[in-house]
Amino acid sequence: MQRFINNPDDLVDETVAGFVKVHRDLVHLDAGNPRVVVSNAAPQQGRVGIVTGGGSGHEPAFIGYAGRNMVDAVAVGELFSSPTAKSFADAIRAADGGAGVAVLYGNYAGDNMNVKMAARMVAREGIEVATVVANDDVCSAPPGERAKRRGVAGEIFMWKIGGAKAAQGASLAEVQAAAQKAIDACRSVGVGLGPCTLPGVGHPNFQIEPGTMEVGIGHHGEPGTRVEALKTANEVADDMLKIVMEDHALPAGTELAVLVSGLGATPVNELYVLYDRIEAGLTAMGMGIHRALVGNYFTSLEMVGATLTVMALDAELKALLDLETASPAL
Amino acid sequence: MSPLDANQIVALFRVIARRLAEARSELGVLDGAIGDADHGNSMADGFAAVVRASAEAAAAGCAAGDLFAVAGRAFLNAVGATTGPLYASALLRAGQQFAGRAEIAAEDVPALVSAFAAGIRDRGKAQPGDKTMMDVWAPAARAAELPGDPLARLDRALRVAEEGRDATRAMVASVGRAARLGERSLGHIDPGAASAVIVIAALRDALARYLSEARP
Repeated sequence: MQRFINNPDDLVDETVAGFVKVHRDLVHLDAGNPRVVVSNAAPQQGRVGIVTGGGSGHEPAFIGYAGRNMVDAVAVGELFSSPTAKSFADAIRAADGGAGVAVLYGNYAGDNMNVKMAARMVAREGIEVATVVANDDVCSAPPGERAKRRGVAGEIFMWKIGGAKAAQGASLAEVQAAAQKAIDACRSVGVGLGPCTLPGVGHPNFQIEPGTMEVGIGHHGEPGTRVEALKTANEVADDMLKIVMEDHALPAGTELAVLVSGLGATPVNELYVLYDRIEAGLTAMGMGIHRALVGNYFTSLEMVGATLTVMALDAELKALLDLETASPAL
Repeated sequence: MSPLDANQIVALFRVIARRLAEARSELGVLDGAIGDADHGNSMADGFAAVVRASAEAAAAGCAAGDLFAVAGRAFLNAVGATTGPLYASALLRAGQQFAGRAEIAAEDVPALVSAFAAGIRDRGKAQPGDKTMMDVWAPAARAAELPGDPLARLDRALRVAEEGRDATRAMVASVGRAARLGERSLGHIDPGAASAVIVIAALRDALARYLSEARP
């Protein structure tokens, strides 16, 4: 693929630089760390701060979710690579309004270690940290080993719920519980039709043969758990829905939030084709759609493919999801 | 054998950094097969930061044994991923062991392998057989601890390190990102195991060069 690029080594810094210019009404760079994007609303004295972070290449995630009633500060990593412990620590400091900070992030070994080291760094400064680790990706581990699953686009709902709960003045424990409830209510699956290339590496980090698709693909180009012949959009939508809903086991009548995100290179119109079928399938199961999001919400460089996330809602989650917010991506 | 002073510890870091810089794209290819292709960059950038920080500290009069803590902090600030915390923990563990020492005896250089292994083990909690860098560090540490002259100990450590690396090809990953691939991680060398061998080989070669130059 041809790219708009200067030097691959500068890509992340230039991305963040452009991003904070575009969205200067909502976010700014941390004064001391150019790898931390801070909401203009943060920190809010007496309120729990919300922090996330992750590798670059997923735009608009993670930086796009910094904003009012959402995430207060985002640690920015290299492409597909966990931010440093220092960046997580600086993000926690930027988000701290004196009531503790909830770090809501995805279940990856690097993020786990760096958040843990960051929490220890800021503990010395008296900042209390609680964490919630997203694990919504169904295909990354069997149901009995849910703690091993990756966090993917369900993280967006976790941030939304956590940010809304904090905005209501909840305690750190209450924010943590709400964010945990949100991610526990999410199931996601990804299907990849084409791989992606890290510009600094220069070749795709895996192959998808023409005419095939990878079911269960990860957000970093981790190959899927099975390879199948490419099917029609309706058949793929049915497969994705089946994987998510079999794992979910929800009673009929459950109200849902549904997110279909492109992985980077899939045209947005195809996402609507998938959604059309997905909503039909959910309706046939007797589910109610409270809210649907379709677009490039959480990408993977120029990977071709899509993810489906289904979140089951109760009255509390519905109210928190509907709370007004202003961030570049949502 | 005269001991290594601060500048010679920096020189040792330089050898590791140079070898990792040379292996940057090769490690990226290994990591691309079962991970996210970032490992070459992480290791090369991390040890480049170690060289910068330790050279600066040594020039400012930092003791040889205190350079490891400087190096660990530099690595942690420079590198995210899993590699940042793991190698930072390795260097910090060596820092605990050698803190305050103006010089490090050549006989103590193999103990770096054990210290690195202990730091990585405690941070990452991986076991040998999990298809990670511990498949190299654990056997290398045991080999380095056996009696003998320091170069022979590192030679042995390097030999078992290479065996450990090659053995990861036949393993199914059970921790870390590659764990999500299950059986599909079979047949690929673990990139963390490959870079661990590079670090151990660099330590061995740096000590060999130091000993040959130090000999009258």
